[in-house]
Amino acid sequence: MSGFVLKRMGFAVFTLIAVLTIVFFIVRILPGDPAMVILGDQASQQSIDLLRARLGLDRPMIVQYYDFMAGVFVGDWGVSMVSGRPVISEILKVLPATLELTIAALILGAALGIPLGVWAAISRNTVPDYIVRLASLLGLSFPAFVSAVLLLFAFAIYLPWFPVMSSGRGTTFGARMNDLALPAINLGLIMAAYITRVSRSAMLEVLGQDYVRTAKAKGISFSAIIWRHCLRNTMIPVVTVVGLYLGILIGNSVLTEIVFNRPGLGRLIVGALNQRDYTMLQGMMVIYTLLVVVVNLLTDLTYGLIDPRIKYS
Amino acid sequence: MSTQDPATNVTNVSYFRLTLKALGSGLIKAFNTNKTSWVGLGLFGFVCLLAVLAPLIAPHDPLDQNILDRLEGPSREYWMGTDAYGRDILSRILHGARISLMIGLVSISAALLIGTTIGLVAGYVGGKTDIIVMQIMDVLLAFPSLILGLIVVAMLGPSISNLIIAIALTAIPPFARIARAPTIVVKEREFVEAGRALGYSNIRLMGGHILPNILPEVLVMGFLWLATAIRVEASLAFIGLGVSPPTATWGGMIREGFENILDSFWLAFFPSIAILVVVFALNLLGDGLRDAIDPRLRGES
Repeated sequence: MSGFVLKRMGFAVFTLIAVLTIVFFIVRILPGDPAMVILGDQASQQSIDLLRARLGLDRPMIVQYYDFMAGVFVGDWGVSMVSGRPVISEILKVLPATLELTIAALILGAALGIPLGVWAAISRNTVPDYIVRLASLLGLSFPAFVSAVLLLFAFAIYLPWFPVMSSGRGTTFGARMNDLALPAINLGLIMAAYITRVSRSAMLEVLGQDYVRTAKAKGISFSAIIWRHCLRNTMIPVVTVVGLYLGILIGNSVLTEIVFNRPGLGRLIVGALNQRDYTMLQGMMVIYTLLVVVVNLLTDLTYGLIDPRIKYS
Repeated sequence: MSTQDPATNVTNVSYFRLTLKALGSGLIKAFNTNKTSWVGLGLFGFVCLLAVLAPLIAPHDPLDQNILDRLEGPSREYWMGTDAYGRDILSRILHGARISLMIGLVSISAALLIGTTIGLVAGYVGGKTDIIVMQIMDVLLAFPSLILGLIVVAMLGPSISNLIIAIALTAIPPFARIARAPTIVVKEREFVEAGRALGYSNIRLMGGHILPNILPEVLVMGFLWLATAIRVEASLAFIGLGVSPPTATWGGMIREGFENILDSFWLAFFPSIAILVVVFALNLLGDGLRDAIDPRLRGES
């Protein structure tokens, strides 16, 4: 067990270093000197040189790379160009809001998607199956901001059930939930569309297995077959795919936060883009990389919990 | 998927015709597997037609500002209303389709070409090259594509060509992955062995013999990723990283419409529907075809 965990963690660290290296080079290889991007075309050469020195961009690439990597691991992610505060504290301030939103969306997506997918698989090639498949395909065709705008219009403006702007800073539990509701529904419905599709195909695969036929032949009731024999085996691909969809979830959370004007990583990154806060952008890429790597690691480790046959060796 | 043996004594020309014919009948069969593919194709074709004919059929100039008619609701003169500058929404949607489809088609064609080549070569060569190349692709794949696109466009500046570069970059790894998997299987097949025994070059084996066999899967992915590309382009435009105004883009129109959502919802509504229709059509098309070529599902319906 511990050997497997160590191996996965080693792989996670490798991925982390590799992505961070790519981040480092993407930011530097792309044309457009950050100093010039920050100061604009009108800036004098002198002020550009000054800023380059302040950002450390005049040093050799290898020194910059070492400092960047060392900084990431000790939590020194530089200082925001705009606010002057450390990047990491700015990020940590809004991270809980984004995590709250994405976790709520995942729970909603799974609670809706898994039963729908299983139902569609059981009633394969009948009307419920067609409806579920079409609905899920429609759901994943929605750009997150389009569905967000429509939800906002329907349930915050036309029917004023929820706040138009969610501050994300409600003090009571009820107020927080009220703020969270529409953004989480928006993200959750899109996630549900993806999860429904995976659950359906995973369930179909399991239903075709020999042990299911054996169980049927033994005369076990249909619901017992589904609950005891199929569901657990369906979960492995579902968990894998949910891990893979993290990128989509993150992208959609950015758009959702913008539409609902909710504090979080999404608004932070867009603010950094508009204000050309170059150090902040780099920090954002680091935190997204960390999130992806950690979730992938968790996904790997979850397998063992679901399926004891997977030996951690 | 065509399984004829190209290493037999068929001349190149007749082999080519044979392949085309097999591809044609195979395609029709694939479309018939899942009838929704036809619906998707029809819808997408219709949108493409509208986009191509936009300059001829648009009732107004998409950039023509008519301050007296600003923020008007749908009427006989303006079928979908006008925006804050008095521009005709319908005409802007029709012209916006050209931008969306162009960016999507060019970026995905580029990604398909580059990604498939990477996957094909990595799978064919195997060994350490394969491991290293695919590891890099997996790492790139792990990064959220919208964020990657956002950073690239922000650094390069929002223009049509930079958007194409950003979207193509995020779509290369999935194509490499989808091309590699069948390559590994196909390269062990007899006809490839036969070709090798006949002394065919590696490039000829890859391009002429393996590629036609993995092409269906790659093309189906192409439709699904075209949907994603159009969604990403619109998302970037919504964030403010689209083709610069006043050019009409769907994402940009929704961004502008969002500012007036309280009193003039149609500004954001109609372009939203436009994006939804195109993405849904492409997903229907790609999804239906994927069922058709999925070996696990073959022969069942």
